[in-house]
Amino acid sequence: MNLAAQAHGFLSPTGVEIAFVLVGIATLGAALVTVTTRQLVHAALWLVVALGGLAVEYLLLTAEFIAWVQVLIYVGSVVVLLLFGLMLTKAPIGRSPDADSGNRPVALAVAVAAAAALVWVVVDAFRTTWIDLDGPAQGSTSVTGEFLFQHWVLPFEALSVLLLAALVGAIVLSRKKKEDEN
Amino acid sequence: MNDALDVAVRLLIVFGVFLVLPLVVGQTEHKVMAHMQGRLGPMYAGGFHGWAQLVADGVKFAQKEDVVPKDADRRIFQLAPAVALLPYLLVLVAIPIGPSEGAVGQVVDAGIFFVLAVMGVGVLGSLMAGWASANKFSLLGGLRTAAQLLAYELPMLLAAASVAMAAGTVSLPGILNAFEWWWLPWQIIGALVFFVAGLAELQRPPFDMPVADSEIIFGAYTEYTGLRFALFLLAEYAGIVVLCGLTTVLFLGGWHGPFGADGLGWVWTLLKTAVLAFVVIWLRVSYPRLREDQLQKLAWTTLVPLALAQIALTGIVKVAIQ
Repeated sequence: MNLAAQAHGFLSPTGVEIAFVLVGIATLGAALVTVTTRQLVHAALWLVVALGGLAVEYLLLTAEFIAWVQVLIYVGSVVVLLLFGLMLTKAPIGRSPDADSGNRPVALAVAVAAAAALVWVVVDAFRTTWIDLDGPAQGSTSVTGEFLFQHWVLPFEALSVLLLAALVGAIVLSRKKKEDEN
Repeated sequence: MNDALDVAVRLLIVFGVFLVLPLVVGQTEHKVMAHMQGRLGPMYAGGFHGWAQLVADGVKFAQKEDVVPKDADRRIFQLAPAVALLPYLLVLVAIPIGPSEGAVGQVVDAGIFFVLAVMGVGVLGSLMAGWASANKFSLLGGLRTAAQLLAYELPMLLAAASVAMAAGTVSLPGILNAFEWWWLPWQIIGALVFFVAGLAELQRPPFDMPVADSEIIFGAYTEYTGLRFALFLLAEYAGIVVLCGLTTVLFLGGWHGPFGADGLGWVWTLLKTAVLAFVVIWLRVSYPRLREDQLQKLAWTTLVPLALAQIALTGIVKVAIQ
């Protein structure tokens, strides 16, 4: 149980570990501002900071491929889609007084429960595993690819079916509207 | 200490390239456009062939008052030009220009993903500018920018994926090491798709609907003046350099050439990039602007299927030659 602590010591952190914690705090802060700010577009832009911070965390853990995909998909596409949607609404410059739906306590409860579940799963799964940050990168593209397509093919394919279902659903929904108009 | 010095020198060189090449492209655009369209304006400043036109433009931009509209979202308005420009500087770090160790700013393992991801971030600058200006034309420009990006990101990625499949790696120097001359005809569809989608992502004519001056003044950049406006223009030219460099590396064989591959690799890279940049300028002066619906149609009904066909072709040939 104590292997990790013995071999590396929690009281003498390396530079990378300090950076990891600092970036993590910044990411958490950006995420908190995202959900508490009353300026809608600012929320989307703080989300960029939070997602970018996550990418930096991946980089610090030598998972280079995951980090760039994170930037490509979330910052490059999802946030652009979000901003596109916000521009179609009447998102004002300055505060939106009606931005609060009154669900704060429920949202907080759900968020805390989700965070607790995730932390518990991650801690339970990786207990004393220690990433050797000085050796060759363990999250390089080829390693990630091998793991994904040898050990995790089934979940990967299941996910793609899920995405396909969402795609078909979106098409069905958008076609229905047109028929109503006619 | 030597490592730190090495990194510093590399970053300085990349920064120098970042400052020089976009301006060279800008100057070339002035001259090429002037010749192709018989424009006399840019031919006077400085005497010989109007060489000082770019300097005059720079002085003009620096003199203009930096105005922020009263209703604008001040901080985001002022931040937007930096967000638009800096990603291209980061991308340049990963583009290899020669075969040796020292000919690339930094070898990135997942190079293709890095460059495409960071290039996508640059568009956020236009969106921020479009929204924060508190101007109808800016907002429309921002909307068009976003729609265009969403449409053209996919074919660009698919075309790049085809090259990665062919080379069996996603690192840019790795792709060039695997390059053979017959990749050129093999990947030509992917190359065209990549280049066209890249042009659309840069909002260069004929894909300049988001900044169409006859309709929405200058799109997301309508409210900008002086140096901040110049930064947006610089981002466009830096984007041309990056797009042409990437097309060269991914599809045209980068440092490989018919002769002189040993010491002159970087010359080949620069030459190919320059020719592509010329084509970008050429397209600007010779093609009319595509309408918004034509833009979307081209992306979804032509480029995406073509890119998918290229991926299928790549896969078949790859299996066949193994």
